[in-house]
Amino acid sequence: MLEAILLTVITAATPLVIAALGELVTERSGVLNLGVEGMMIMGAVVAFAATQITGTPYIGVLAGIAAGAAFSLLFGFLTLTLVANQVATGLALTILGLGLSGQIGESYVGQPGIKLQPIEIPLLADIPLLGPLLFRQDLIFYLSIALVIGIHWFLFRSRTGLKMRAIGDNHASAHALGINVIRTRYLAVMFGGACAGLAGAQLSLVYTPQWVENMAAGRGWIALALVVFASWRPLRVLAGGYLFGAVSIGQLHAQAFGIGIPSQFLSALPYAATIVVLIIISHNRRTTMINTPASLGKPFVPER
Amino acid sequence: MTVSEGPAVSPLLSVRGLTKYFGNFAACSGIDLDIAPGEIHALLGENGAGKSTLVKMLFGILEPSGGEILSSGQAVVIRSPSEARSFGIGMVFQHFSLFEALTVGENIALSLDPKFSLPRISDEAARLSHKYGLPLDPKAHVADLSVGERQRIEIVRALLQNPKLIILDEPTSVLTPQEADRLFETLLKLKTEGRSVLYISHRLEEVRRICDRATVLRHGKVTGRCDPRQETPASLARMMVGADVAGVSRGTSSELGDVLIEVTDLSVPARTPFAVSLRAIDMQVRAGEVLAIAGVAGNGQGELFDVLSGEYTVPENDAIRIRGKAVGTVGINARRMLGAGFVPEERHGHAAVSEMSLSDNLLLARSQPDRRSFLSGGVLSIVRHSSVRSAAKRICEDMDVRKSGDDPSAGSLSGGNLQKFIVGRELDRQPAVLVVNQPTWGVDAGAASRIRQALVDLARSGSAVVVISQDLDEIFEVATKVSVISEGRLSPSFAAHELSLEQIGLMMGGIHDSTHSEASHAH
Repeated sequence: MLEAILLTVITAATPLVIAALGELVTERSGVLNLGVEGMMIMGAVVAFAATQITGTPYIGVLAGIAAGAAFSLLFGFLTLTLVANQVATGLALTILGLGLSGQIGESYVGQPGIKLQPIEIPLLADIPLLGPLLFRQDLIFYLSIALVIGIHWFLFRSRTGLKMRAIGDNHASAHALGINVIRTRYLAVMFGGACAGLAGAQLSLVYTPQWVENMAAGRGWIALALVVFASWRPLRVLAGGYLFGAVSIGQLHAQAFGIGIPSQFLSALPYAATIVVLIIISHNRRTTMINTPASLGKPFVPER
Repeated sequence: MTVSEGPAVSPLLSVRGLTKYFGNFAACSGIDLDIAPGEIHALLGENGAGKSTLVKMLFGILEPSGGEILSSGQAVVIRSPSEARSFGIGMVFQHFSLFEALTVGENIALSLDPKFSLPRISDEAARLSHKYGLPLDPKAHVADLSVGERQRIEIVRALLQNPKLIILDEPTSVLTPQEADRLFETLLKLKTEGRSVLYISHRLEEVRRICDRATVLRHGKVTGRCDPRQETPASLARMMVGADVAGVSRGTSSELGDVLIEVTDLSVPARTPFAVSLRAIDMQVRAGEVLAIAGVAGNGQGELFDVLSGEYTVPENDAIRIRGKAVGTVGINARRMLGAGFVPEERHGHAAVSEMSLSDNLLLARSQPDRRSFLSGGVLSIVRHSSVRSAAKRICEDMDVRKSGDDPSAGSLSGGNLQKFIVGRELDRQPAVLVVNQPTWGVDAGAASRIRQALVDLARSGSAVVVISQDLDEIFEVATKVSVISEGRLSPSFAAHELSLEQIGLMMGGIHDSTHSEASHAH
């Protein structure tokens, strides 16, 4: 029973963590992409379609990543090259993604999908409780953990990560130092898109292996909130994603037990919990100040 | 003056006839300068004397309009800061370009060759900072550091490039006295290593203390070269502010009226780490008087203006009185209703919204005090565009504002014309009290004299005028009495005709108590 609950928590948390990590990198470079929900749903539908066509879920995963990245490229072109407003463009990207994915996925509604199968890691998978939870998981779960560690290392240990943080803090000074602001931001935006696409693929290939219109169900927005809640730090994104996942699964079980709390209230609980934690975290002004990308959402036009 | 001859050894960097025009305005004209190896060379001058323009040309930020720069005797063209660095020139700016969210080590690493690893750069930075007595923790976040510590980062960053000449632009203007002492030790250490320092300042005492030679600029021209250690502050001040305008004097008008604006023992703590705290400010201005507040930038002028205008209110209501009424706790519009007018320093974004038309800018400032003439419909506050437009037109005619079109956006006007409009906007109400911060900063001579005349006329007509300015010529043209602000303290006021330029220069340079004795030695 416990193992089953914990497994569902992990499955619920993984797409949030991946999408939030991608957005974290984008925002660290100073770009605010509110289109996570749209990129995620595009990833979900394209991953599902590619899996149905080829019969191989791994090709579906790759297709989902590519779809998210390609969709984010549209955002990058509009906001970085044409210097459109990032907030408005991001919202438009979400609306476009929801509509377009419904169109693409129309013929797939109701079709049974192919689930991405777990990969068992020899020996480790036999550890009681931990084994099945952590070492008998699908590829996307392993990727999510690798991304947390990799992005943490990239941001705080590598020189390229340093340059990216510098751009997010003060793009004018970074430009003056000879760092290519626009190119770095394009890469960061596309990385964010690829992650959102991967998170979408997890939804339609692992979480519920089928295509349902609007199946991202606001997870893109939760991912956006998680980035802020985590003060733009990857390890906190992991913690936050699992907190949100745990509360949402917990309230489902609480509803099943039929405790005397209205179900509407319980459904709202994960969001309320996230907001409360957000407020507590942002209380530490210094951490927030050090980690908030100061040029977030500001357009950059290099001087000539 | 034998000391004014060049150095015996061949100079590290020479400048011959260097000239820079901005439009018709010569910011620097025909400047000659030699910097010898291993000397600390001071570049002295008032604000606007052309010091910053000169060093920006040396560091490749501005392109000279004429003249040449010689590096070790070879004529060179410096097109960019990175080219300047390749000639062995490093620069520490007055305003830093650091990344606040990053650590000290990371900030330094970003400006260095990528072949160094981050830990190595931290070690090297720590070693250099230790060697030059500039204690720095490479792991500290810049956001947590004081201004002095931030400056150390810039200096260490410059030193890591191993320069032969380091240019420091007003380095002590943001430092505490203790931090400044530390900086001087570092500079002397650099000198013993054979590096040269070009030290830009208007603080005479520190120039006398650490500099070997000084070149004095005034209105874009070299007006003196000397060994500052053999000069008195008074003689340096005379070179800096020039003796040629000393004859300007104004008879004080005989009939002075009531006190119209009064500040009593007002102390305001600094709001940000960069701000100055105001300490025990006392001032009184009567009808018919123009009080000019002289001072070097960043000594509390902006803060004083903000509390006078009500942009920042103070808890002590009695500390500020306008026409006898205590106004310390009330805001800018309430003070305007009492007949006061205010002109802040920055034209764009503060005194005027650049994107808005002149009439809209007029309405923004006066919708409350001139409610009756500009708005109708009671609580609906419907704008009477025709009356606002005609008022804007009247102001433009009165102040000779030259513009394109009937009601252009504020941003389309030249600095001088926009300033005339902004001053005119306040004068149009015939304010009983007018407070102006840097009325003619960056304004062409014609507009400046129009504005100054308007200020003098306003006082003659029975108003009290407070002018905060760094321009001593301006102060002597308009003031009936003068105070000096230094480190947030305001000196008692002196009748303008009793003060000499050099006395004011000395007080501005931060020599508070010795003013009279030092100046009298000079005579």
